[in-house]
Amino acid sequence: MSDLSTARPATEGQTAVKKNRFTTLFMWLAIALILGLSGWGLINNNRVRPEAGQAAPDFDMQFFNGYEWENATEATLADMRGKVIVLNFWASWCVECRVEADLLEQRWQQYRDQGVVFLGIAYVDAEPNSLAYLQEFNVTYPNAPDLGTDIAQNYEITGVPETFFIGRDGQIAHVQIGPVSERVLDGVIGQLIQE
Amino acid sequence: MKQTLFLTRIMPPYTLRSTITAIGILLLLLLAQTAVAQQPVTDDQVNEVAKGLYCPVCESTPLDVCPTQACIDWRAQIRDLLSQGQTEEQIQAYFARQFGDGVLAEPPRRGANLILWFFPVVAVVVGGFFFSRYLRGLKLQQPAPVAEPGQRQETAVLPPTQAPQSDYIARIEAELRRES
Repeated sequence: MSDLSTARPATEGQTAVKKNRFTTLFMWLAIALILGLSGWGLINNNRVRPEAGQAAPDFDMQFFNGYEWENATEATLADMRGKVIVLNFWASWCVECRVEADLLEQRWQQYRDQGVVFLGIAYVDAEPNSLAYLQEFNVTYPNAPDLGTDIAQNYEITGVPETFFIGRDGQIAHVQIGPVSERVLDGVIGQLIQE
Repeated sequence: MKQTLFLTRIMPPYTLRSTITAIGILLLLLLAQTAVAQQPVTDDQVNEVAKGLYCPVCESTPLDVCPTQACIDWRAQIRDLLSQGQTEEQIQAYFARQFGDGVLAEPPRRGANLILWFFPVVAVVVGGFFFSRYLRGLKLQQPAPVAEPGQRQETAVLPPTQAPQSDYIARIEAELRRES
């Protein structure tokens, strides 16, 4: 009789311990999940802009009709490896972009036969407005919309205009925040052509 | 006249009348549809769609109240798309494709976004389950009321989970008695 009375609490105690272990395990899993999600969010929010000396992130482009690159309607940055690339983010609603628009077209005409490609990326811009802007400034170099803002996210741009100068080796040589000047354009492109 | 005679020759007059009536009705419907499509889109209609979108330039600002030039352009584009007969869903899908899912006020229910939609519900249900278990455990661990003098001892018997503690108290009491 006494054996039975002592055995019962022990079994119940073991069950309670098991339940507690399960609850604790679940709590730790929940905490790990919440921390994991928070970490993921922080990593995504704190990505930094690729700077000079780093490889330029690759991306796809679907060019605006009439603004293709070598008659290709789609291309990747990797397709242009071996050329000096001037990657310019702009938008028709951006006042500062208008300051540099004529200069970029002039320099495109000047350098296009020297292995230099100018690429315009329209950032969060309504397509009809983008096309109207390109016509307004007589832009002729390849231009594409930033579909899904994927390119802007990869390059972590903080606004427009921003211009990335990419060397023949695919490395970023210079990042220009704000409108680009003649001095910077000629200086950086001249240096990259000679490399 | 000749044409009518020719037509009456290839089909009976009542069929011809029905055909002409049907074509007339179709033309009227087409005209009505064109008239509806050409009605100017109101600001309220534009804002109703814009409410479901966010400006990606200035964060956390709904498109219907955003004062930037980019948002003014976008609202103009919504107006154009509405006047072309596109629905709210089609316009939102277009903006998501052009500018990313981040412009949607409600994240689409697919891929990793499913976590956003279902995690809170799952967390509340599972959390509630474990909290109720925890409360039940607390209830079971509550000590039984102490027996009043003269009251029968059975009422003060501790539950089985309290047995080790009562043993311990009994041993202490035995020690105290021995010392005194």
